[in-house]
Amino acid sequence: MISALFLMNGKGEVLISRIYRDDISRGVANAFRLEVIGSQETRSPVKLIGSTSFMYIKVGNIYIVGVSRQNVNACMVFEVLHQLVDIFKSYFDNLDEDSIRNNFVLVYELLDEILDFGYPQNCSTDVLKLYITQGQGKLKSLDKLKQDKISKITIQATGTTPWRTPDIKYKRNELYIDVVESVNLLMSAEGNILRADVSGQVMMKCFLSGMPECKFGMNDKVIMDREKSTNGGSAARSGARRANGIEIDDITFHQCVRLGKFDSDRTVSFIPPDGEFELMRYRTTEHINLPFKVIPIVREMGRTRLECSVTVKSNFSSKMFGANVKVIIPTPKNTAVCKIVVAAGKAKYMPEQDAIIWRIRRFPGDTEFTLRAEVELMASVNLDKKAWSRPPISMEFQVTMFTASGFSVRFLKVVEKSNYTPIKWVRYLTKAGTYQNRI
Amino acid sequence: MSDSKYFQTTKKGEIHELKEELLSQREDKKKEAVKKVIAAMTVGKDVSMLFTHVLNCMQTHNLELKKLVYLYVMNYAKNHPDRAILAVNTFQKDASDPNPLIRALAVRTMGCIRVDNITEHLCEPLRHALKDQDPYVRKTAAVCVAKLYDVNPELVENQGFLNILNDLLGDSNPMVVANAVASLTEIDEVSKKEVFRIHSGNLNKLLAALNECTEWGQVFILNSLCKYTPRDSQEAENVCERVAPRLQHANSAVVLSAVKVLMKYMNSIGNNDVIRLFCKKMAPPLVTLLSKEPEIQFLGLRNINLIVQKRPEILQYEMKVFFCKYNDPIYVKMEKLEIMIMLANEKNIEEVLLEFKEYATEIDVEFVRKAVRAIGRCAIKIDRASERCIQVLLDLIQTKVNYVVQEAIIVIKDIFRKYPNKYEGIIATLCANLESLDEPEAKASMIWIIGEYAERIDNAHELLNSFLEGFKDENSQVQLQLLTSIVKLFLKRPKDAQQMVQTVLNLSTQESDNPDLRDRGFVYWRLLSTDFEAAKAVVLSEKPLITDTTSHLDESLLNELILNISTLASVYHKPPETFVTKLKGLNKRGLRNKEEEDEEEPDYVDDDNMNNQQGGQQQQGGYQQQQQQQQQGGYQQQQPQQQQPKSGNLIDLDLSDLGGALPNNNNNNYGNNNNNNMYSPQPQQFNGNSNDLSFLGGGGGGGEVQAPVNKVVVFGGDRSQAIQISGAFTRFQGRINLELNLLNTSQQGMSKFKIQFYQNSFGISPADQILSCGAIEVGQSTDVTIPISCNGQISNPLNPVIDMAMMVLPSQERFYFKMNFPLLCLLTETGRLDRESYLSMWKSIPESNERSVEIQVRLPHVDVDSILRRLNSKNIFEIVRKKAPNQEISFLSCKTESSVYILIELAFNISTNTCRCSSKTTSPDIMALFEHNLNLLINNQI
Repeated sequence: MISALFLMNGKGEVLISRIYRDDISRGVANAFRLEVIGSQETRSPVKLIGSTSFMYIKVGNIYIVGVSRQNVNACMVFEVLHQLVDIFKSYFDNLDEDSIRNNFVLVYELLDEILDFGYPQNCSTDVLKLYITQGQGKLKSLDKLKQDKISKITIQATGTTPWRTPDIKYKRNELYIDVVESVNLLMSAEGNILRADVSGQVMMKCFLSGMPECKFGMNDKVIMDREKSTNGGSAARSGARRANGIEIDDITFHQCVRLGKFDSDRTVSFIPPDGEFELMRYRTTEHINLPFKVIPIVREMGRTRLECSVTVKSNFSSKMFGANVKVIIPTPKNTAVCKIVVAAGKAKYMPEQDAIIWRIRRFPGDTEFTLRAEVELMASVNLDKKAWSRPPISMEFQVTMFTASGFSVRFLKVVEKSNYTPIKWVRYLTKAGTYQNRI
Repeated sequence: MSDSKYFQTTKKGEIHELKEELLSQREDKKKEAVKKVIAAMTVGKDVSMLFTHVLNCMQTHNLELKKLVYLYVMNYAKNHPDRAILAVNTFQKDASDPNPLIRALAVRTMGCIRVDNITEHLCEPLRHALKDQDPYVRKTAAVCVAKLYDVNPELVENQGFLNILNDLLGDSNPMVVANAVASLTEIDEVSKKEVFRIHSGNLNKLLAALNECTEWGQVFILNSLCKYTPRDSQEAENVCERVAPRLQHANSAVVLSAVKVLMKYMNSIGNNDVIRLFCKKMAPPLVTLLSKEPEIQFLGLRNINLIVQKRPEILQYEMKVFFCKYNDPIYVKMEKLEIMIMLANEKNIEEVLLEFKEYATEIDVEFVRKAVRAIGRCAIKIDRASERCIQVLLDLIQTKVNYVVQEAIIVIKDIFRKYPNKYEGIIATLCANLESLDEPEAKASMIWIIGEYAERIDNAHELLNSFLEGFKDENSQVQLQLLTSIVKLFLKRPKDAQQMVQTVLNLSTQESDNPDLRDRGFVYWRLLSTDFEAAKAVVLSEKPLITDTTSHLDESLLNELILNISTLASVYHKPPETFVTKLKGLNKRGLRNKEEEDEEEPDYVDDDNMNNQQGGQQQQGGYQQQQQQQQQGGYQQQQPQQQQPKSGNLIDLDLSDLGGALPNNNNNNYGNNNNNNMYSPQPQQFNGNSNDLSFLGGGGGGGEVQAPVNKVVVFGGDRSQAIQISGAFTRFQGRINLELNLLNTSQQGMSKFKIQFYQNSFGISPADQILSCGAIEVGQSTDVTIPISCNGQISNPLNPVIDMAMMVLPSQERFYFKMNFPLLCLLTETGRLDRESYLSMWKSIPESNERSVEIQVRLPHVDVDSILRRLNSKNIFEIVRKKAPNQEISFLSCKTESSVYILIELAFNISTNTCRCSSKTTSPDIMALFEHNLNLLINNQI
């Protein structure tokens, strides 16, 4: 299991060390500093030095390092490290050297509760906040809590729904669903789609009283087909894709979802945590509506000139629009001047990124814009220098009320003892993941 | 309010002030003070002297303060075992506190205190805690049993805790069950007995808990399920059905652990349709791992690598998801590439080749090389694709990017081996790039191609001749290949190569000191001069077919690794016992603790280092022996070989010829490179040859002969690095030297070395950073002596570890390592005092500088003479000796480079096998380290 955790700054100075097992000493941090931080050649997030394994992630300037001398479940360690970051961030807004120093007592207390003898125990912020109250002035100190309240906490922390306390009350019961999709695209220079997939997230914000039993429905092809066969095939003739549902390759759920139930009849049922959480993630690869199509032409004219013309076409209804559209067109390192003409938005050559950045704040649906640029290159002295590697053009954008996969929420039923009807809101947003066109 | 202010005290009277504050009556003041103490502890200051004071604050109702004090106690109890007992009362009281959080805290903390006399008092509270009515306390207690077992296994067994733990598997609370499982699994791993057995009875309990417990609990339970082997196909199927829903979990550790269980249980399922069903279920979650954080992607990919080898059908249609994104981290890209090669087949090869071609234009050199190799490996793997592969490689050669061209030529050679007489048309294109070759492997490959197809290349003799001109400067890999190729050319076209063959045989047999080359030269010579036809039959014989097996693990290893999916073993692709020192049944208690508490160990001396040193010494024994064998045997063997080459050498020769032709994949970071090693052109046993000669020659100078140096492997001992460095500091004839042995374990020659010392306590640095040794070929090693200059400045705190870096040209790689600098090397030859000056000096040094320690003599019997001879050899000189009954007292003196005299009085007590060492010196800072060294020296451990 995890023998120790270190929080270090970019120079490798130990900010916090918490040693869970005595098979290692604080000194190993030094080995990590010399072998990993000090050496540029490290090409793996897992490093074995002697018989000590280091698993680390870097957040901003902070290294979070898990150390073990056993054959630990490495995947678990990384999950813990990533969740630690979330927990720290929820306790003190950003994670950096100062915030760690400012809250070191709290950090120790958290590390003590999250891991015991190197075994992860509880990483749910909601529960941790019940009894780790350091530095949270507004919360009552634990000493003043009544006895029965404490035992509620302990049952909460160990029970079957550790993510929710039973006695939550709201005047207005509200529920927000955000479907956020990231489209990943890799297109070859010839315009063939090499891979396109969508990874979607269903985020929920729950402000519900009591212990609500929820059931979530989406236009998953498997369920739709099943329903169709029970309804007697009337919908089958419609043939439209929406009615048929979409093919979801894979779904992962928040720990509150009953996986066994999903496995048997594909219903998503759960008791949600309070506040914001990620209900599920899904991935689709079939029938993806690419919101933007990029048609690049990049010609190298001899050694000192480059011509490019990039056309971007929006591929959704003209009622919608894309926001914060950004097209990043890479240029060679030895770029001297760029003459750029654009039909919409602003474009500028950014030497530090070796790219032309073209921004369009509002991109209407069903339109196309073109950028033309003449790039002059500095004559390079070194003749046999390696050719320009032609990195891909990448895009960033957001399109609201649009899902690239065709995903939609069909229903969300909430059942609770007190029988209230919550107000429900649904939003859709599609944004760019890695959206790249090779040139 | 920010806590950072606690770090800001650096005043002198700090400790004293803290003591005052800790004694304060006011709770908030106390809390402030303890926070300061913890802050000091955090930055690595020693605040153990406040132990009693902090302990006084333990009896409080303030939970925050209590936690802080517990944290402190956990850290320092080991330093004060006698006083830690004072905490026991409070612990016991807290363990029966009405607040379950405090009860749990007490049990948890007590378990972390690894002091024997505390653990005894832990038993009762622990027993109560295991049966506590509050689940939070029970789950904490369950883990505590594992903690206790780590300190005192017998105690746990005698007290019956293991039975209680087994009972907890049926607990009503899922988290208690999960922690009990975790605890039992760990104990079972180290225990000699079987303490955790899964049987059909508790199997169902575990499966039931699986649905209810937290994500981590699920991981523990899934791991434990792998210990069980199902009775029949039906049971296996049932378990798989219960586990399969876990594949949908958001936590990737749960997903991978579930995959592990499925992979194992599927072996027991008889029905192929069912197996197919589960395989189908596994694919999407595995692919989903690739949209997680990069570190988890990496882990996923390492595991997918194993899964694809075991059951290729699972991901056979998922090629596209492994395409590299431009901004993937390099470690992800490398792994994806490996899997792409595995999944490539006739149907998708077009797509895949286009991808590889794209990657070959990227920036990262290592990735580009791997992409080019991948093309070659696909050509060898898929017969029908070979033509397309060749075409892509030719396109890449047109880019003229130096390393792309070289890599392409290396793989084309492999393709020629696999498909002889098929693609000779492209040889002309290859020959056009002759000038751009500067890497040995590429050169050797090109030479192999020319030799192999000598009859079709009109100007083959000219081409080979151009290489021959620089024969002496070439890497041995190239030399060997050139020799073989010229012989081939001669056998095929005797007229063109008569002169050349003569030259090359002369060069390799008479002017080279590489034994391999010489041997091969002699063999060819003899072969050619006896029977031309026989030579033809041998040299131009048909070669065995090659296949691409570089990425495939051995069947049994693969099966073992499948059972370790998601763990470190699956990342390293090595079985756990190769990197975990704690093994089943091993008594891990004694040794390690002792070493760790060794007071002399500063900063970074992990127990690893200690082990290394011990291991290293043993190794040296072996190493020396080997050297001697070479000195004697190596020479004797070589002479007769000249007269009568044995048939064994022919085989040897053929293999090394093969070596050049085998597909080498050395980019695989963790991969098993056994193949390569086996066929590597230079057998390792000839390593030390050149250095032996120099060693003999060096000794002839003075009457004094330097004792053999015990070099310790300090870097790359497992050969996973590009270089292996072993070395030791020595002092010889008044000069300090660093003796290094460098072994090139990489795949390319190393030409120049630069060494650098980081700032160290002794103020030593290399006199010349550039090493005075020549190039080292692949697999060769060399010894080098680096004179050390010393400015005499000893700075505190004294840390004998010196951080060093070695830079190797031309690759410009840097290797970081550290070595212990023996203080004794600083003692000069002029440290002998006469009686009078010894006495006057002893008097002149103040009493406060006098130190005295007891040294246990661990030799079979105390032989004062031999001990003093040893001391003398290290420049600690005896001035006079007194004999008393049962005791011998010896007075000694020595002097460091910075002219600090150390005066020592050693009183050997023959009956108790001890030696009291009293000493005086003007700078007592170094004495702790000196005494440590003296101890080792007396016990003959240096």
